[in-house]
Amino acid sequence: MQLKINGLDEEVAVTTVSELLAARGIDSAVRFLAVAVNGAVVHRSEWCSKNLGPGDNIEIVRPFSGG
Amino acid sequence: MNDPLLIAGTPLASRLFVGSAGYPNRQVMLDALEASSAELVMASIRRISLEGYAESLVDLLGGRYRLLPNTAGCATVRDAVLTAELGREALETNWVKLELIGDRETLYPDVEQLVQAADELVRKGFVVLPYCNEDPVTCQKLIDVGCAAVMPLGSLIGSGMGIANPAAIELICARSPVPVVLDAGIGTASDAALAMELGCDAVLVNTAIAKSHDPRRMAAAMRAAVEAGRLARLAGRIPKQRFAEPSSPQLGLIGS
Repeated sequence: MQLKINGLDEEVAVTTVSELLAARGIDSAVRFLAVAVNGAVVHRSEWCSKNLGPGDNIEIVRPFSGG
Repeated sequence: MNDPLLIAGTPLASRLFVGSAGYPNRQVMLDALEASSAELVMASIRRISLEGYAESLVDLLGGRYRLLPNTAGCATVRDAVLTAELGREALETNWVKLELIGDRETLYPDVEQLVQAADELVRKGFVVLPYCNEDPVTCQKLIDVGCAAVMPLGSLIGSGMGIANPAAIELICARSPVPVVLDAGIGTASDAALAMELGCDAVLVNTAIAKSHDPRRMAAAMRAAVEAGRLARLAGRIPKQRFAEPSSPQLGLIGS
């Protein structure tokens, strides 16, 4: 399935946010991670159940240094 | 001095807010933050690298400081609101430093969109601290939509030019029912002291500490300056006058 992940078009075989994180080697248990799908935040508690569809626009973010 | 700053009902012991960006290395940042005695530390919200997990600042600062996510770099209401929401999710706080940039070169806020985004975020339950122009009307609009503080710029972000328009900052402080935080432009300690003397409730500093020759010392200087400026403000300065007035007694002078 074609997804846009952090601005890049990617072909991945996943159905949920949790699977996507796992496929990208991101530990879902790590704190301070946030995910949005198509402009809406998906809460951590919904990562397992949130289904992804073709063309979904996904943002995976975390805090960095800032001013 | 027990003189906490209240923002949205939350007491903050330190009136110096600091950024976490641009330090020569992590240890210097940690030492400088400690020397600053700041409680509130800025953070940005950025896409993670999909190449591999790397240690981030929250791994170092989480738990020790109250991290305030910003929307730095956002140029549209949509991006700023989503960044704020992601920041709330990532850092488990409903506080946000709202930046809505209207010009990439000067980093001046886009006032129209800033007020709109602030309004939207307040409605969504955020405690909004907007980086804004040093203009009493803009500040009032932000207060009217429910911002918990206003953060007018002293001068351009990262410029170190100090407070370009002290009269405007003083006017904003005199009229604002919410805390005023001088954000952007601080170059050295005296700028921070001046901000507090003008009536600001707090000062936000990043570049002036991080890019100084000795960030640890500059952080300590900023801390002292904010405290000194606050004390001077509370003490009440003498009025300026255009003539001399001797401080020593005029009676009993020899030779008369």
